[in-house]
Amino acid sequence: MTNYLLTLVLALVLALWSLHTSAQDPRRSSFDAMSPATQALQRDDSQNPAMLWVKEGEALWSRAPVSGTKSCADCHGGLSRMRGVATRYPAYDTSSSRVLNLGARINLCRTNHQGQPAWRTEDSARLSVEAAIALQSRGLPITPPAHPALKAAQQRGATLFASRIGQVDLSCADCHTTLAGKRLGGAKLPQAHPTGYPIYRLEWQSLGSLNRRLRSCLSAVRADASSFSDEEFVAIEAYLMQRANGMPLETPGVRP
Amino acid sequence: MQVVSEVGLILFCTHIRVVVAIALIVTAGATNAQVAAYKVVDDGIPQALTTASGDIARGRALVANRYQSMCLLCHQAPIAEEKFQGDISTNLAGAGARWSAAQLRLRIVDARRINPQSVMPAYHRIEGLNRVAKTSVGKPIFDAQQVEDVVAYLVSLR
Ligand code: HEC
Ligand code: HEC
Repeated sequence: MTNYLLTLVLALVLALWSLHTSAQDPRRSSFDAMSPATQALQRDDSQNPAMLWVKEGEALWSRAPVSGTKSCADCHGGLSRMRGVATRYPAYDTSSSRVLNLGARINLCRTNHQGQPAWRTEDSARLSVEAAIALQSRGLPITPPAHPALKAAQQRGATLFASRIGQVDLSCADCHTTLAGKRLGGAKLPQAHPTGYPIYRLEWQSLGSLNRRLRSCLSAVRADASSFSDEEFVAIEAYLMQRANGMPLETPGVRP
Repeated sequence: MQVVSEVGLILFCTHIRVVVAIALIVTAGATNAQVAAYKVVDDGIPQALTTASGDIARGRALVANRYQSMCLLCHQAPIAEEKFQGDISTNLAGAGARWSAAQLRLRIVDARRINPQSVMPAYHRIEGLNRVAKTSVGKPIFDAQQVEDVVAYLVSLR
């Protein structure tokens, strides 16, 4: 009896605690600010347009790119073995001594283990495999690993995030920290947590990477995207994931 | 404008080449100086940036054009036909009653001289910018005449 009561009290305390912390956490996915119709598109897998890419990614996972080569599944087993992986990227890769995002990590396997040319960032096949892998982590908290090289990238990303750029001379932080929640014309400024990538964006009519999203923001402030190196882009991604640490992954996201 | 029509006339003259060359140097000089010189007095720029005065209708059209001027991304203005006006800052209605032309001019030219943290972009500045898109390098968002047009429109909002 006392045991039962104790468990009950403990459960109650835990429930209250988690309610309390989620109410305390001011961070929000831009999912929360979307229209109910767009939210429904993301929630319902049978309606979510990104699921078309996921299906393609599942097929690519278990198919050898050319006969005589190995498929992803030949080395890794079922896609479900990828559970948790997307929550850790960008991550430090020892073989190339670089911080890589998930797409670049996929490309390493493609070039090193399958002998195939690397996919470009917005290649539909690369986005498909990335989405299929990330879907395995849906609902899991974002958990950037601790590594000195990743930490350095996060710090570099934080500096870039705070730097004013472009002819309009605004920083990411101006729009996504200072002004987050306000309306910039018709768009509600999100806090810019990269919880749903790759996303299906209605404006693009396609799946797109976080890199593509960042380039849209750069062009909005009339900044020169070609002045950003791959390392700088990945550093920004690493910082954004650190900023979203603990938030649940929602891939494949839908955004207006 | 004046230089161009003078060039047209001069083409009929005998010393065509010399005069055209001089006219070209004058126009080149004018377009290279993308940013007009100005003097800040108190919290304003009393002297207009151009000799031609600002045009209210052109100013209104500029403010209404969110791609070119971006004003309506952050401000509301009494421009009913433009939907989706932002809510980042003040409503520009009544701006001419709240501020003098000199004050408005400085706020358009470089609002960050008043408040360096401000998110309001400097519309007539090219110094101190980083990683500017190639198509915009060396160009302010507004040229001097556009500044005057927008100031004229704002002054008219009473
Ligand atoms: C002038 C304002 C502005 C600036 C500066 C800006 N962004 Fe954005 N950003 C937006 C808007 C507006 C959206 C989303 C709304 C839309 O476009 O539909 C957005 C969306 C995003 C998203 C997507 C969030 C989601 O849920 O999918 C990310 C991530 C992001 N921005 C990161 C950045 C980074 C990093 C920088 C700097 C390199 C930056 N932004 C600079 C306005 C800006
Ligand atoms: C990215 C946001 C942004 C854009 C774009 C922008 N402003 Fe502003 N503006 C502000 C903010 C914020 C202030 C408040 C004072 C400050 O922070 O400097 C302001 C202040 C002003 C003021 C003086 C304050 C008042 O009470 O009216 C005027 C006038 C003004 N803006 C006009 C314009 C015009 C005209 C344009 C376009 C040519 C424009 N702004 C574009 C953000 C913006």
